[in-house]
Amino acid sequence: MKLRQRLFFIAAITLVAVFISLPETVPIRFKSKMVSIDRRWRRPPLSLTLFGKNFYRDFSIKQGLDLQGGTHVLLVADMSQMPNEDKEEALRGIREVISRRVDLYGVSEPVIQTSVVGEEYRLIVELPGIQNVDEALNLIGTTAQLDFRELVVSSDEAEASNGAEQSEFKSVGLTGKDLKKSRVEFDPNTGKPVVALEFSNEGAVLFGEVTERNVGKPLAIFLDNQPVTIPVVNEKITGGRAVISGEFTTTAAKNLSIQLNAGALPVEVDIVEQRNVGASLGQDSVSKSLWAGLVGLTMVVAFMVLYYGWSGFLADMALLVYGVLTLALYKLIPITLTLPGLAGFILSVGMAVDSNILIFERMKEELREGKPWREAMELGFGRAWDSIKDANIATLITAIILFNPLQWNFLNTSGQIRGFALTLSLGIGVSLFTGIVVTRTLMRAFYRGGGVK
Amino acid sequence: MIDFMRYKIVYFSLSLAVILPGLFSLIRFGLRPGIDFTGGSRLEVKFISGERPKLLEIRESLPKDFGTATVQLVGEETVIVKTMTITKEQAQAIKDGLATKFGEVEEVLFETVGPIVGKELLQKTVVGVSLAAGLIMLYVMYRFNELKYGVCAILAMLHDSLILLGSFSLLGHFYGTEVDGLFVTAVLTVLSFSVHDTIVVYDRIRESRKKHPKEDFVNLVNVAVGETLGRSVNNSMTIIFMLLALLLLGGETIRWFVLALLLGTITGTYSSPFTAVPLLVVWEKWLGRQK
Repeated sequence: MKLRQRLFFIAAITLVAVFISLPETVPIRFKSKMVSIDRRWRRPPLSLTLFGKNFYRDFSIKQGLDLQGGTHVLLVADMSQMPNEDKEEALRGIREVISRRVDLYGVSEPVIQTSVVGEEYRLIVELPGIQNVDEALNLIGTTAQLDFRELVVSSDEAEASNGAEQSEFKSVGLTGKDLKKSRVEFDPNTGKPVVALEFSNEGAVLFGEVTERNVGKPLAIFLDNQPVTIPVVNEKITGGRAVISGEFTTTAAKNLSIQLNAGALPVEVDIVEQRNVGASLGQDSVSKSLWAGLVGLTMVVAFMVLYYGWSGFLADMALLVYGVLTLALYKLIPITLTLPGLAGFILSVGMAVDSNILIFERMKEELREGKPWREAMELGFGRAWDSIKDANIATLITAIILFNPLQWNFLNTSGQIRGFALTLSLGIGVSLFTGIVVTRTLMRAFYRGGGVK
Repeated sequence: MIDFMRYKIVYFSLSLAVILPGLFSLIRFGLRPGIDFTGGSRLEVKFISGERPKLLEIRESLPKDFGTATVQLVGEETVIVKTMTITKEQAQAIKDGLATKFGEVEEVLFETVGPIVGKELLQKTVVGVSLAAGLIMLYVMYRFNELKYGVCAILAMLHDSLILLGSFSLLGHFYGTEVDGLFVTAVLTVLSFSVHDTIVVYDRIRESRKKHPKEDFVNLVNVAVGETLGRSVNNSMTIIFMLLALLLLGGETIRWFVLALLLGTITGTYSSPFTAVPLLVVWEKWLGRQK
């Protein structure tokens, strides 16, 4: 009975894993004279509420930047003007502003992380699926400090005595913070895109005062200390609305509007590292790696059957269980799959039969000593365990260092390398289960001696 | 029973024959660090309309404002341009220049790594490798709690990493292969693979020593090697199948990474019975003479 229960348990988790591993929609086609079925089966997503926490999985594989294409940027904040105690806060501020910008722009699943390395305050931004790097960089990398400036005559006495009149733009204290929102509009006369501003209540009052005292004079709109447009005020503007009409393209106007809505960055940021992967490269790599994985898998499966016969076949069955279990775990956790991660997975398939080989070789020895097959089998599983454990610990040590679970700064933090380490260690864990528990159950149920010689 | 240990000198010479050229290259030329370590930019473009121009033509069409650039042809239609750290505008200028002269191009990849980040990766690598090697050593020591096993296992590990580093130094010198963050990952993985097989053989030696304490050490070792060799080779075979498939079919991006893993797997399998075990025998003999 116990064996039956185990078999049932293994069959059950395998079925669940297959259910999760399948693509989201599976076409079902069936044709005969009597009936013709042609429909698509769609897997429902999982949505649970456990202990008040929502758990939602749509069971799709999360692809890393290098697979689906996208942009990775490392920014360093210029904190030289910031007092020490405010630096952390400023970094959080930047993070929030950039998150808002990216959300408004509409990137799905962006990664925005902060890290402090020595004296450097950094921000890692990953934008999957974004191909237009220039646009992305402009969007996240510019400070977007908006302010209005009026022309004031210099009151410098030394210069005034020279008779020359100096004038310069001075900020009126009306900045991006006084905005309620902004949006892109099109100038009805020229058809060109403009950015419409709507001030908050206090902003509107201030704007009214400023325009009142500047009627007939220019009022400049500066963005990051650069004048964008310098219109001349015709009359006092109440109601708190204004328009920036620079020479914008539609995208530029849209980005500026996003930046204004999201708020200005508290300090300037510099781009120190940038990686941009085209979508075609990623897709190409995925299909090639999968193909390679399939070829490799076939070789391993054939090798096991040719060399170990029936027990090799049972090990292959366990290997298939390994495959679907791992895939299901990737989707369940979920793991962001990178190209090295994919390589780690393919490598782990080769390592998954490792424990089976150890066990079978041990069985052979026991058989050679003249033990009956059932005893040899159980001894093989028992005695091989020590070697299996030891051998995997070394790999786990390395994988943990590479994965850097506590995100220490003195260790690697690259997403690609961590992806490899993650799939490798997960592979070791799952393969211990399938290689020992699953194979042993299958052997006890279906193996009747012979094969292993 | 095959007297494996009789041919110790052959195994050691074979190892030396592989290690020495690589070691020479390592000392003379070193490894060729990629932009991950040095900082710099890498632009990969694909010519989508018309034929890819010749290397020289491409080189001449590049803007001159950022010093020398390395141009490398990959596959049928792709070109990689490597330079010092450039901005996206300069990269755009390169693309525009190529496009106006030779027809439409598509950007496949653009990477820029600042010099500080590169230096940091170097530090992280040193810390990571020493930490991994240290922990594995501690584990081996603890596991066998006999100095000679630990030391010999580590020497075998050193043997494997020397072969790997030497090969990549030679590859770098002759084919321009660069060493990047992924290579470091491969080295660390190889370190763990190397110990993997060694532990299995050593386990067997210790086990049979307990069973037959009177038996001659060399005889025990020969039996142990004979018994574990088959499974060692089979074990690596399955991994080699997967890596070989990835190497031949898996595309450009991870090719060197996979090659490094493959080399490591092969040397790791070889070094357990033919480096780690003979070293143990030599150690035992040497100590025996001391007594």
